[in-house]
Amino acid sequence: MNENKSVLETIEPEVVEALVTRRDALRKGFGLGSTAAAGLAFASVPLALAAFAGQVRAQGSPGIIAVLNFALTLEYLEDEFYRKGLASSAAAAFTAGERAAIEQISMHETSHVAFLQTAIRSMAATPVAKPTFDFTARGTFPDVFTNKATFMAVAQTFEDTGVRAYKGQAGAVQSNPAVLTAALQIHSVEARHASQIRRLRGQKGWITNADRGNLPAATQATYAGEDNTTHNGVNAASLGTNFGGTAAVTEAFDEPLTMAQVLAIAGPFIV
Amino acid sequence: MTDQKKATITLSHIGELWQESTRREFMRVAALGGTAVLLPTLFAACSDSKNNDDITGPPAGTVVIDLGKDAGVLNYAYALEQLEAAYYTQVVTGISSSGLTAAEQVVLTDIRNHEVIHRDFLATALGTAKIPNLSVDFSSVDFKSRLSILRTAKTFEDIGVGAYNGSGKLLKDVNNLLVAGKIVSVEARHAAAIRDLLNPGSRDFAGDDVVDRTSGLDQEISPTLVLGGLLTFVKTPIQLVSTP
Repeated sequence: MNENKSVLETIEPEVVEALVTRRDALRKGFGLGSTAAAGLAFASVPLALAAFAGQVRAQGSPGIIAVLNFALTLEYLEDEFYRKGLASSAAAAFTAGERAAIEQISMHETSHVAFLQTAIRSMAATPVAKPTFDFTARGTFPDVFTNKATFMAVAQTFEDTGVRAYKGQAGAVQSNPAVLTAALQIHSVEARHASQIRRLRGQKGWITNADRGNLPAATQATYAGEDNTTHNGVNAASLGTNFGGTAAVTEAFDEPLTMAQVLAIAGPFIV
Repeated sequence: MTDQKKATITLSHIGELWQESTRREFMRVAALGGTAVLLPTLFAACSDSKNNDDITGPPAGTVVIDLGKDAGVLNYAYALEQLEAAYYTQVVTGISSSGLTAAEQVVLTDIRNHEVIHRDFLATALGTAKIPNLSVDFSSVDFKSRLSILRTAKTFEDIGVGAYNGSGKLLKDVNNLLVAGKIVSVEARHAAAIRDLLNPGSRDFAGDDVVDRTSGLDQEISPTLVLGGLLTFVKTPIQLVSTP
């Protein structure tokens, strides 16, 4: 990075474009070009993003790009799922709270897609193309877009799987602090989503043991291994004595999934 | 980043950190490589290695946390979990007169369990490297007020999420990073649940105040800001060294 340039000036123009929405500029009452508007909008953009474009570029590696493309594939899946869901007959039955949640989540998934595409391009790599999706998972969820309950069930598995997927890749991007931090920042958003969808479905916001709760058996792989109580060699099982027992210990720690495990779960949704 | 772009922001009281305008200003200053100075009378508990001239010497009994080492980062997490566990323990102790509904009491009790388990797990993992027990001060909380309880819980959970997100990059051992990842998503689940109790059926579970609309990223908060945001609740002086 050129030491004499401000953070803004070091960022690729397309990154600036991605950061600045037309609404941001309009809301502030300025008819400015994108770079000027970026200066105004920047105060609301998380620090990681400002640092991201500058730091990430030189540190791209095949491994990190593969992780980002893996994450992008999951975000494509979620983004299309929520956009189709909101336009479907299943959405007609949404309560106001369900609609608010799905709209907010959908907005985030769209942003995640754009963010990851920008990140990958900033490393002079090409974002993976969006697959064709089958949200019935080859007929397992035939009424996913006509039955609200099925739609919300699939939403829960996507969010709980997403949390595990990002967690499982943290170590693989550790060598790049900007990518790691951004991945963690998406990871916690997926966890917020998961909590809300679960609670809207009458479940606790957290995962007890390896229970899929009121989800169909086809979703069990999303929860397999969540009952682990040993972390970095320390068995925490007994720490729940007087504090909810082993069940609470399993709730207190979310578990990772490997890329292969996630792809096995997502596979039926990809044509 | 250029020296002439460096800026300084000075706070007169710690509450300013959590005012939206001040927080944004902080982020802007931090993005430019500037520094945050907290007035020593109000921030004697926390020194920044870059700002030694602005801070009086650490008082006796100061707990030193070295963020340059994994044990220090885990102790930073342990400090947060100590505060959270102590807070929710006090909530649950007085829960019958809290004004919380039965369903809300279940949520708060679950969270108490999780935070106690996080605290005791980190204590076990740190072994002899762990910092002492921190003295807490929750006199600013009205434990007979549902709103006061939930608003304070929201502060703890959102800061907790931002703290783990902001400190993951400081960890060197990938196994420690994984443990932090296992905990932070549970904190985010808590944050969403508490926010939904405060404003049911809204978008607040992942509201625009914590998740940037354009990037879809949650907050990441530097250790200095995290400690500043929680200063109201901790009596033990804490000094962070090797701050990023």
